[in-house]
Amino acid sequence: MSEKIISTENLVKRYPEGEGWFTALNNISLTFEKGEFAGVVGPSGSGKTTLLNIIGSLDTPTEGSATVMGKKISDLSHTQAAQLRNLNIGFIFQVYNLLPVYTVFENVEFALILQNRSASERKKKVMQALEWVGLENMANKRPSKLSGGEGQRVAIARAMVKEPELVLADEPTANLDATNAHAIIQTMKNLNKELNTTFLFSTHDEKVMQYLNRLVHLEDGEVAEDEIIKQTENKIV
Amino acid sequence: MIKFIFKAILRDKNRSLLPITVVATGVLLTIALSGYLSGMLGDIIDQNARFQTGHVKVMTRAYADNVDQMPNDLALLGIDEVHEELNNDFPNYTWVNRINFGGIIDAPGENDQSKGQGPASGMAVELFSDSSGEVDRLNLKESLEEGKIPEKSGEILIGYEFADKLNVKVGDELTFMGSTMYGSMTFSKFIISGTVRFGVAAMDKGTIIIDFTDAQQMLDMADGTGEILGFYKDEVFMQDEVQEMREEFNAKHASSSDEFAPIMKTLGEQSSMGTYLDLVDSVSGMFVVIFVLVMSIVLWNTGLIGGLRRYQEFGIRLALGESKGHIYRAMIYEALLIGTIGSVIGSALGIGVTLLMQRYGIDISGMMKDATMMMPTVLKSKFTPQLLYIGFIPGVLAMVIGTMLSGIGIYKRETATLFKELEV
Repeated sequence: MSEKIISTENLVKRYPEGEGWFTALNNISLTFEKGEFAGVVGPSGSGKTTLLNIIGSLDTPTEGSATVMGKKISDLSHTQAAQLRNLNIGFIFQVYNLLPVYTVFENVEFALILQNRSASERKKKVMQALEWVGLENMANKRPSKLSGGEGQRVAIARAMVKEPELVLADEPTANLDATNAHAIIQTMKNLNKELNTTFLFSTHDEKVMQYLNRLVHLEDGEVAEDEIIKQTENKIV
Repeated sequence: MIKFIFKAILRDKNRSLLPITVVATGVLLTIALSGYLSGMLGDIIDQNARFQTGHVKVMTRAYADNVDQMPNDLALLGIDEVHEELNNDFPNYTWVNRINFGGIIDAPGENDQSKGQGPASGMAVELFSDSSGEVDRLNLKESLEEGKIPEKSGEILIGYEFADKLNVKVGDELTFMGSTMYGSMTFSKFIISGTVRFGVAAMDKGTIIIDFTDAQQMLDMADGTGEILGFYKDEVFMQDEVQEMREEFNAKHASSSDEFAPIMKTLGEQSSMGTYLDLVDSVSGMFVVIFVLVMSIVLWNTGLIGGLRRYQEFGIRLALGESKGHIYRAMIYEALLIGTIGSVIGSALGIGVTLLMQRYGIDISGMMKDATMMMPTVLKSKFTPQLLYIGFIPGVLAMVIGTMLSGIGIYKRETATLFKELEV
């Protein structure tokens, strides 16, 4: 029986706008199971990032509930939310958001330092994560010396190094050319298969969508369609 | 984590260079100014103690009431007895006799004509007694411009500018004209054994120094002295100790109604020295308070600018699972490191400047030509152990307080807002 990893129930998120309120998400009820390779898709402003932020415990719902790995987001304190992200959730961003003062190794290592892992364990895991993304030879380079594709692969290694149950990827291919985009998604797909990590994307990139097993279409903050897709093998161009 | 923070400080000049420069500059200024001020005020106090006030001074009550007039008619008599009492009660102090006197100095020329004449401020000290330590205390050997220290009765030292004015040189004869303690006229001839430069304009232009016994004889003050000065054996002024001494000594003589009974006054009670002493104490404190306030405001603003620049980094760290509290604490550790580095650099530079200024000082003799105040013509800094921390601790504190204030912004911003800084 599949393990439920994310569930939202009648989730609503409103932001103050002028004298009224803007509804970013309206009545979202979704469930994601462990090991899914799914995406929230839709045009800009449809509420994709807001939904990912709430699932990632960076924001809270206005109404309804979001439960991630058995933890109700609105009930978590700042520290508990940070701990949930620290132990269980990896983030991948549109711009790779690497810390420029640190090397590739140190950027990946940072997530493990926050978990108080020992230096030897950190070294082993960081090198393993860099191997997953094929960057083991670039460990001592600074982010400014990397290409866009390499930067995003470091970001994947940073998200994966702590072997989280859930990875949230917000438009991860938006700044990449087609070749790099396919390579990146394929890398994530491989990790999904190898480690059974749940991946949830926010995207409106067709290149990404063709790899996903499930597409949740958002329009104006509401679920327009929840589509299960049977994937063909090897999408690399 | 500390190692990680340290790496970032070393690699990111934007994060470290400006705050370290600000802290180092502030610490440097605090130490250099504090050292200079305590050196300058310390010199003034020290010079006054050596030449005028002693660490304590014993005189008659009547003399003390009119001390500015050098009233030798109110001098202390029976000084052997007083010395015995002082030496018994306060053996850690050296007690020396001094007579201050005034008169006219005449430099005889050829054919009974005068080469020069002028008012003189005389000081009689125990030149021939090694145990008095007066030659060293007044720094006479180092102050000699020409000639030598008087070795026998009838020899005199004269300020070098005074000698120029009188047109006399070493070996020439001088005549002193004044009055004895009983009011009769007195004339004495002296041979100039040396000219001295004290570096104090008021003294260089009008002071003569003779031996104490010569003065006793000249002023008809057998067994008498104007003042008995007490100096702590290490020549260090001990403010609390002299207060106790004064109380003990004066209490012993309080029952006497004789206006010629001895009374003891501390350095702080003479020649406005108390004001200087208070100033020395308060100025250092003022520096520290002003430094911490100003630096905190400057570093607060620096921190705010740096913080705004780093909201993206904070967003990443939040996403990686670092809590706001952890980020805030890491910022404070970072401030502690930057403050320490800046303070070490500032302290080293400040102490370096102080040591240089202690050696060379600033020559203000040009401004002191007509000065009558007893203060040195070269103002020097003074290195004290206090300088090791007077800038260091406030430097670190200012950086930490500035960061704590600017870091509050992290708490005030919603996590989602900080995270949105990542969106381009």
